[in-house]
Amino acid sequence: MALFSSPLSSEEEGPVAKAGAHRQFNAGRLRDWGRLLVSAVSLLAFVAVWALAAWIAQSRHFPDPLAVGERIVAETASGQLPFQVGVTLERVAASFVLAVVIGSAIGFAMGRSSRLNLFFDSWLILFLNLPALIVIILCFLWFGLNEAAAITAVALNKIPNVAVIIREGTQALSPAYDDLASVYRFGWWTRLRQVHLPQLAPYFAAAGRSGLAIVWKIVLVVELLGLSSGVGFQLNTFFQLFDVTGILAYAASFIAVIFLIETFVMRPWQLAANRWRQ
Amino acid sequence: MAARGKQMASVSAFSVNILRKAYGSGEGSRLAIAGLSFDVREGELVCVLGPSGAGKTTTLNIIAGLDSNFEGKVAFRDARPQRLSYVFQDPRLLPWRTLIENVALPLKGKADASAIAATWLDRVGLSGCHQLYPGQASVGMQRRTSLARAFAFGPTVLLMDEPFVSLDEKAARELRSLFIALWKAERVTTLFVTHNVAEAAELATRVLVFSASPARIAADIDIRREEASGDNAELFLRSALDAADASHSHS
Repeated sequence: MALFSSPLSSEEEGPVAKAGAHRQFNAGRLRDWGRLLVSAVSLLAFVAVWALAAWIAQSRHFPDPLAVGERIVAETASGQLPFQVGVTLERVAASFVLAVVIGSAIGFAMGRSSRLNLFFDSWLILFLNLPALIVIILCFLWFGLNEAAAITAVALNKIPNVAVIIREGTQALSPAYDDLASVYRFGWWTRLRQVHLPQLAPYFAAAGRSGLAIVWKIVLVVELLGLSSGVGFQLNTFFQLFDVTGILAYAASFIAVIFLIETFVMRPWQLAANRWRQ
Repeated sequence: MAARGKQMASVSAFSVNILRKAYGSGEGSRLAIAGLSFDVREGELVCVLGPSGAGKTTTLNIIAGLDSNFEGKVAFRDARPQRLSYVFQDPRLLPWRTLIENVALPLKGKADASAIAATWLDRVGLSGCHQLYPGQASVGMQRRTSLARAFAFGPTVLLMDEPFVSLDEKAARELRSLFIALWKAERVTTLFVTHNVAEAAELATRVLVFSASPARIAADIDIRREEASGDNAELFLRSALDAADASHSHS
């Protein structure tokens, strides 16, 4: 039952109508493609600088982009590159998920409870400043040279970082929305999903993107130190053989994969999470 | 005076007895409320008038259960109201949810939550705007949504904290008319905080005038009484408010 034939006064119709929102959304997508184009041009410029430097150096320890490209094609054709990259990606995914889930839970709990925060803050500082290498060595010594030790070592290195970011986000949660949730009796799950997580989305995005960047680097170190597969293991092998072209081929391939994940998974997720801001 | 009912139930919906409410502790503490006691009867629309800082919002928060750090008691007719709605001073919509999702959220668990939410958005004049995000809606539309959410919840008690503040006079007048129409249809026991005397005179069946901090009841005015009704209401309330201020200054 409508109480008014003319629902809104002209003053109330608001600055943005649906069509306007749609136009803004499309403009946002165009901006994204523009950014992507600029990134591509920038990368091409980097490759050009690399080629020039290699041409000047004229050394087998400084191969040009073409030689590295040919090596990538050859390694891909042999099946080695996809296999090693796949193995490393599995480790990155497992340790990333573990670190984000555990780190978020710790950060959320510390952000919500001042007592927990007071007690565990010094633990967090301790683990934040523990060198990654020590954690890796200790995990291999305690658990052996296996997958579980490797993934645990990488996750342990990232958990404190995620916890700190999510704790900051949790401490910044708006009490006004908590009041709203209390009055309208939201259950804990609804409160978490509808009130807290959307406010924490930018913090999750920051933790996720910085986490991905750090985790894959630590995974390579772990593979180099104690495993017999993965990109890190391959890099170690090429290092023993002074095969710089092989090192660059694997490094470039793996960076390309991470770049694709960043561009086609992380960024779209972040855009979707922030759609309401547009 | 559209909101005034001719027959009011005399059953108390809830009673408030706040002996003491202070902010802070030790020497720096500030006494906000001291000995504030009143009843609200079922079906009443009680306006609370008082100067800024008189503890009006604090009182609403205590009734809503958002502030339990006080001495005293708030007793509802039923041990606890099954449903209490609160229209805050700001619309307080979740900006990451559309208008219809905001209205439907408190109804979670009901199979027809979306249908109920849609009906209420239509009733407040927002048909065609259901899928907008709050950031895409004007302040007036956000306030209508907040009103829709409060009524859609099916409250037995409705608390409103200056819900039409920061609107221009025309929009505020329209929203008051809308609220009166909804209230007449639903007859929810309502406690409405305002510091706008004209608004209280237009809406209320009864007006409580709070003295300045620490809050206490300076006047309890039944608008249906002859001397406080009709065109006299606003004048009567203004003099009651002045008297409360004068008494506070004197004390």
